[in-house]
Amino acid sequence: MIQFNNVTKIYANGIKAINDVTLRIRKGEFVFLVGPSGAGKSTLTKLLYREEIPSRGQIIFNGKSLARIRPREVPYLRRKIGMVFQDFRLFPQKTVFENVSFALEVTGASNREIRKVVPVVLNLVGLIEKADSFPDYLSGGEQQRVCIARAIVNNPVLIIADEPTGNLDPDTSWDLMNLLLDINRRGTTIIMATHAWDIVDAMKKRVVALKDGRVVRDEMRGVYGHEA
Amino acid sequence: MRLSTLRYYFREAFLSIWRNSWLSVASIGVVAVSLLILGSSLLLVVNANRIAQGLESSVEISVFIKDETTPDHVRDIKFEIEARPDVARVEYVPKEQALKEMMENLGDDQDILAGLEEKNPLPDAFRIKTHTVDQVAPLAAWLEAFARVDQVRYGQGVVEKLLTISRWVRTAGAVTMVLLGVAAIFLIATTIRLSVFARRKEIGIMKFLGATNWFVRFPFLLEGMLLGLAGSFVAVVVIYFGYLSLIGNINLSLPFMRLVTERSLIISLMEGLLALGLAIGATGSMISMRRFLKA
Repeated sequence: MIQFNNVTKIYANGIKAINDVTLRIRKGEFVFLVGPSGAGKSTLTKLLYREEIPSRGQIIFNGKSLARIRPREVPYLRRKIGMVFQDFRLFPQKTVFENVSFALEVTGASNREIRKVVPVVLNLVGLIEKADSFPDYLSGGEQQRVCIARAIVNNPVLIIADEPTGNLDPDTSWDLMNLLLDINRRGTTIIMATHAWDIVDAMKKRVVALKDGRVVRDEMRGVYGHEA
Repeated sequence: MRLSTLRYYFREAFLSIWRNSWLSVASIGVVAVSLLILGSSLLLVVNANRIAQGLESSVEISVFIKDETTPDHVRDIKFEIEARPDVARVEYVPKEQALKEMMENLGDDQDILAGLEEKNPLPDAFRIKTHTVDQVAPLAAWLEAFARVDQVRYGQGVVEKLLTISRWVRTAGAVTMVLLGVAAIFLIATTIRLSVFARRKEIGIMKFLGATNWFVRFPFLLEGMLLGLAGSFVAVVVIYFGYLSLIGNINLSLPFMRLVTERSLIISLMEGLLALGLAIGATGSMISMRRFLKA
């Protein structure tokens, strides 16, 4: 589903964030991106949702070259990708329900569809009782689950999670991982950039290790490893 | 477009106006002042043109003839004048008729002319009308060359002066309007820029949720348009009621001044001002979005 062919990304300031990466991710995979800060994990995800364009090489997503799609098509690409961030990025002045429904509103979904889909998703992440609460009144774990609900409400083919457990305590982190696993089992591909070695080691999923913009290790049932 | 999306756009726009309320009021004020000036000078120009037109159609050449001219000579001159293509009408006014008209004009004060019938000081004259105003001056010059013509008079300068004033008002109004209009556009641009800046995080979230550029931009465009519309609305209300009371006053004190009172003309002027306010607002927001909301 995702294919990086000899992708290099050099930023305007001359920093080579990604250096000749070739990578293939199949539909339904769960992939951990590991590596030290500055190894290129964020750039890799940014290239996927086309926040950045590769300097060389090409990226195929769902059979389409990301370099070829026009700027006006970018929003439609992003609707197929759910994003989860370490800092949640929720709207503080919107309720949990509104935060999730906004992702649908942006796509022009009907009110009927919103009323039908949002409760199902909130139920899935276990937040149906908090639907009318504001994010500031929720715990970190709950906020992150709102974020996940928002990421999956559009039925994306891919979820990119950038250190989703970075601000959570260990128990909450595991709850979140179970939620992500659950979503993964339903067929959604997940790419998760993380520093949480214990989670990576315990999950026995595919691990792609980056260092200085290169893929230094790619194992199907991998561990966090010593590079990081 | 979905109704709830529309509601979202309006809610966001009003929220922004409310958040930057001082700057919003300033933007509305500048739009109002610039359109007030534009509207007033337009009304002034329209009225000046109307008065000039009235004068133009009543411009007449009076040709005074030397006293000892014989009736035969008068007839010859009249034929010669009538033969010209630029002359619309020639009327011979003997001195007796001129005196009678003068007395009628004086009304109750006609006593001061009493006794003049025996020794009439007025000359015999021709009154001539041309087809257009610009034919007046050349014709007058031609008439002055006649040996039997004593003096040629027409409203020298009055029409020209009025047209000059109208032209001057138009230019000054246009220049002021353009300057203030530019100021209004940039003040609105600043207001919108602050709105964009206050919500750059939300804009970022919207972008990765897959919002199209227009979904992000429309509330800001709407905000600018609402500011422009509010400003022009203030201007329109002030001009409309100000002009109505001016018409009332002038009709009382200067009844011979015929101002433009056609409702349709005034209404279409007001509609034009509203549309212009909307355009100023939209331009202001577009400038801000071009610079701060790139794709």
